[in-house]
Amino acid sequence: MLVLAGIAVIALGFLLRFNPLLVVAASAAVTGIAAGLDPLKILAAFGHAFNETRYVTIIWIVLPVIGLLERFGLQERARAVVAGFGRATAGRLLIVYLLFRQLTAALGLTSIAGPAPTVRPLVAPMAEALAERQAGALDDAQRERVKALAAATDNVGLFFGEDIFLAIGSILLMKGLLEQFGIELQPFQLSVWAIPSAIAAFVIHGFRLWLLDRELAR
Amino acid sequence: MIGLPFVYAIAGALFAIYAVLGAIDRRWANAAFWALVAVSFLLGDRLGDIGNGVLVLGLVAIGGFGFTKAPRPRTDEKAPRGDAIFLPVLIVPAVALAGTFAARWWPGWADPKQATLVCLTIGVLIALAVSMVWLRPHPATPFREGLRLMDSVGWAALLPQMLASLGAIFALSGVGTVVGGLIGDVIPNGSLIGATIAYGLGMALFTIVMGNAFAAFPVMMAAVGLPLLIHQHHGNPAIVSAIGMLSGFCGTLLTPMAANFNIVPAVLLELKDRNGVIRAQAPTALPLLLVNILLIWWLAFPR
Repeated sequence: MLVLAGIAVIALGFLLRFNPLLVVAASAAVTGIAAGLDPLKILAAFGHAFNETRYVTIIWIVLPVIGLLERFGLQERARAVVAGFGRATAGRLLIVYLLFRQLTAALGLTSIAGPAPTVRPLVAPMAEALAERQAGALDDAQRERVKALAAATDNVGLFFGEDIFLAIGSILLMKGLLEQFGIELQPFQLSVWAIPSAIAAFVIHGFRLWLLDRELAR
Repeated sequence: MIGLPFVYAIAGALFAIYAVLGAIDRRWANAAFWALVAVSFLLGDRLGDIGNGVLVLGLVAIGGFGFTKAPRPRTDEKAPRGDAIFLPVLIVPAVALAGTFAARWWPGWADPKQATLVCLTIGVLIALAVSMVWLRPHPATPFREGLRLMDSVGWAALLPQMLASLGAIFALSGVGTVVGGLIGDVIPNGSLIGATIAYGLGMALFTIVMGNAFAAFPVMMAAVGLPLLIHQHHGNPAIVSAIGMLSGFCGTLLTPMAANFNIVPAVLLELKDRNGVIRAQAPTALPLLLVNILLIWWLAFPR
C-alpha cells in the first residue's frame, strides 16, 4: 500500500503545477523508499532506466530542419496554400488528416507524422488559417483551441489506427502476455478487433471536428 | 548494421552543438542542460548506473529549479521562399516510409528493432543536407534555429524520458500489483457488467496514473481480465485483450503523464495552457472509453 505514495506525489505535484522534473524525481524517491529500497539503489535503478530509454528523446533531432525551414517561411506558405482551397474548413482539413493518420498507422506507418514533423510545421498553421477565414478573426481562446485540436487529432488518429497493424508493439505485447497465461493467439486475431474502436474513434472525433466548423461559422 | 549507436551519436553531436552555442551566448544554464543531454547520448553506456543517476540529478537540478531561460528572440529577418519549401519537410516522412519498407524487404543494413529511429535519423540528415544545398544559409543557421526551438521546449524535452524511467521504479517497487489488487477487490462478485466496467475503466485509470497503456495491460489482465472475464465468464481473449488495450489508449489521451503525446505538442505549438491538448482530447476520449467498454460487453461474451 505504501508504494502508492509515489502516485499521490505525482498527482499532487502535477495538480499544484510544480516543475514536472522535480515531481518525477520526488515520486521516484518516495516510491523507492516506501518499497524499502536504499537511496543508492533507487538512484542506480533510475539512472539505468534513463539510459535505456534514451530513444524517447530522439524525436527532437528533427528541430534543426523545421527551424531552418520556418526561417525560410514554411508556416506562412502552409497558411497561403490552404487559402487557395475554396471549400476547405478547419474541421474538414482535420477530418481528412484524422483519416490519413488512422489509415497510415493501420499500415504500420506510425512514424511518418507527429507533433514535430507534421503538426507544428503544417497541420496546425493550416487549420489556424482556415479557421481565421471561417470566423473572420480568432480570439486567443479560439486560436488555442484550433491548435490544440490539431495536436489532439494527430494523437487520436495514431492511437486508434496503429493497433490494426499486425506488428505494432502493443499487439506483440498482448500476444506475449497471453502466451504466458497459456492462451495462443495470432496477431491477426487481435488486430482485427481494433477495427470497431477505430471506426468509433473516427465517428466521435469527426463529429467534434464538424462541431468546430459550426462553432467557427457563428 | 546501422542501429541505436548511430542514432545516439547523431543526437549527442546535435545536443553538444547546442551546448556550445549556448555557451557562446553566455546562457550558461541552458548550455549545461544540453551538455548533460549530449553526455547521456554519447557516453551513457560508459557512465554506469550510478553515473547516469547522478547525470539525471544534474538535469533535474538545472531544469527543475527554473535556471534555464526562454529562447533568444529571432533577430534576423525571415527570408520567405515559394511552395518548394514543403519538399524538405516531406523528406523526413518519405524516408521514414521508404526506410520502413526497405528494412523489411532488404534486411541486414539496419537493426530491424530500431528501423524506425534509424530511418528518422537518416531522413533528418538528408532533409538537412538538401535544405542547406538549396537555401544556402549560414552553416550555423539550422543549429541556431534548432536551438531556438529547443530552448522554447526547454526541460519539457526530457519529461517523457523521465516518466519512462519513473515507470521502471514503479515496476521495481511493485506498484502495479498493489493497484491491480485494489481494483480486483472492488468488483461485485459474479456480475459480468461490473467486471467489464472495472476492467475497461481500470485500464483507463491505471494508464492515466502510469502514462502508458503497456504498463497497465499486464496488471489489469492478471487482476481482472484473465480470472473474471476470460475464465469465469468465458470471454473471447482476443476481444478482451484488443479492446481492453484500446480502453487504455483512451486513458493515454487524458494524462499529463503521457508527456510525449500530450505535453510536448502543447509546448511545440506554444499553447498557453500546458494541458490544452488534454482538454481538447477529453471530449473524444470519454465517450470513446464508454464505447470500448460496451464493445467488450457486446462482442466478447457468448450469449
